[in-house]
Amino acid sequence: MQKNTFKLKKGLAQMLKGGVIMDVTNAEQAQTAEKAGAVAVMALERVPADIRREGGVARMSDPLMIQKIMAAVSIPVMAKVRIGHFAEAQILESLGIDYIDESEVLTPADEKYHINKRDFKAPFVCGAKNLGEALRRIGEGAAMIRTKGEAGTGNIVEAVRHMRTINEEIVSLQKMSKKDLAKWVLAERVSVELADEVCKLGRLSVVNFAAGGIATPADASLMMQLGCDGIFVGSGIFKSSDPLKRACAIVEATLHFNTPDILARCSRGLGKAMDSIEIDKLDQKYAERGW
Amino acid sequence: MKIGILGIQGSVKEHFEALKKLAKGEKSRGDSKIEPVLVKSVSDLAKIKGLIIPGGESTTIGKLLKKFGLGDEIIKRVKKGMPVWGTCAGAILLAKKIVGEHGADTLGLMDISIERNGYGRQADSFEMQIEFDLGPAAARFGNSIIPGVFIRAPKIVGVGKGVAVLARSEGVRKANSCLLATPSESLGGEIIAARQKNILITTFHPELTDDLKVHKYFVKMCEGKV
Repeated sequence: MQKNTFKLKKGLAQMLKGGVIMDVTNAEQAQTAEKAGAVAVMALERVPADIRREGGVARMSDPLMIQKIMAAVSIPVMAKVRIGHFAEAQILESLGIDYIDESEVLTPADEKYHINKRDFKAPFVCGAKNLGEALRRIGEGAAMIRTKGEAGTGNIVEAVRHMRTINEEIVSLQKMSKKDLAKWVLAERVSVELADEVCKLGRLSVVNFAAGGIATPADASLMMQLGCDGIFVGSGIFKSSDPLKRACAIVEATLHFNTPDILARCSRGLGKAMDSIEIDKLDQKYAERGW
Repeated sequence: MKIGILGIQGSVKEHFEALKKLAKGEKSRGDSKIEPVLVKSVSDLAKIKGLIIPGGESTTIGKLLKKFGLGDEIIKRVKKGMPVWGTCAGAILLAKKIVGEHGADTLGLMDISIERNGYGRQADSFEMQIEFDLGPAAARFGNSIIPGVFIRAPKIVGVGKGVAVLARSEGVRKANSCLLATPSESLGGEIIAARQKNILITTFHPELTDDLKVHKYFVKMCEGKV
């Protein structure tokens, strides 16, 4: 019998496909998310919108709070660590967390190295703005990728940019001559094997979710139509006026992403969405953290 | 022959691809061609001979099944004899009893009692070789050893009278009795695959492997041959 194999790490993400993963800050919110049909929850002390507003160093959440959430729901629980902070990751792994997000939403701990995720039994999800970044993270052992988007803004534009970039780069990679491909993998510091696999599959070899700025059912539909495998919603749910209703609507929209009349029905009367921010008004773009 | 895959959430595409691969291989034998179709609405259900409920999150799938009235239609069809196969989350949805829960959104069709995440969290997910009872037609499948991928798998804790056990978590023995895979101390020969008439369940994920034996077995069920 084998445990913690890459197949099992990647496999859990495969089971989440077509679903919505929601940020929650306590057990009650976690139960609301589960009730709404979330496939997993991300346990964190402050949602990205609050991290932006309050400033200061954002760190891994209190293990006690994470454990309470783990005890409150039967769906998988994820939690975030700072980029490069492998000690935080060791702590989360010891809690038996189902997935670790090495996240740019928290303040980076290492400006040179991301976590060597192959050292861990727990699976990792990482953000990416483009194909090279996604493949570097997979090379380090990430079993799931998400767009970085721009967390806490309620603005979908960056997530769209990142997903389109990845899609376009995959197509251009497939058209490259062997010589150009060799140059590309060198410049991007990724392995030839990973690049070859992407060319063959026409997509990333692991599950790829949308994240960063999703606030409405229509946002979820847009990202699914661009080819994402599922949706992370951070501040979008519990910073809105009617979290349960909005959570249910985004779950439904993710399933029926290409059926406009169902989308119209589930978009009706949701109340106020989260407060939003234009990208050029930001002091700090989280997507620029990590490389 | 159209075989449906419940297209709500989870390992939908993996099952779809497995059936497509099987269809390619079977063509030469002149069997009626297997055609996988996604089932998202009641009208999709009308066209199919059998239904696969994939792996995923059972609470999510159960909730959405109820919401769109698809659940009631599936129950009707299965009661009339349509073959159905649930993998992992699918097995939970088909079970009549879920340990510690009442009134969960499930289909409740099979006389088994099942425990969500019965082996533990993701850290306890595991892979092992298992022996699957393919019945009298076993010879046509080659051997009966298949790779088992268990992800936050549910545990079957009880089965009713009419339920046949097809596999247990107890390792694989070859004819010469040399043990190929030893189960760990935490595995106690639990039931991991079972069948009650037209209902098949596996708590593992054949769709995450290249081995098509269980898919083939289900196709035979749909053809009324096993």
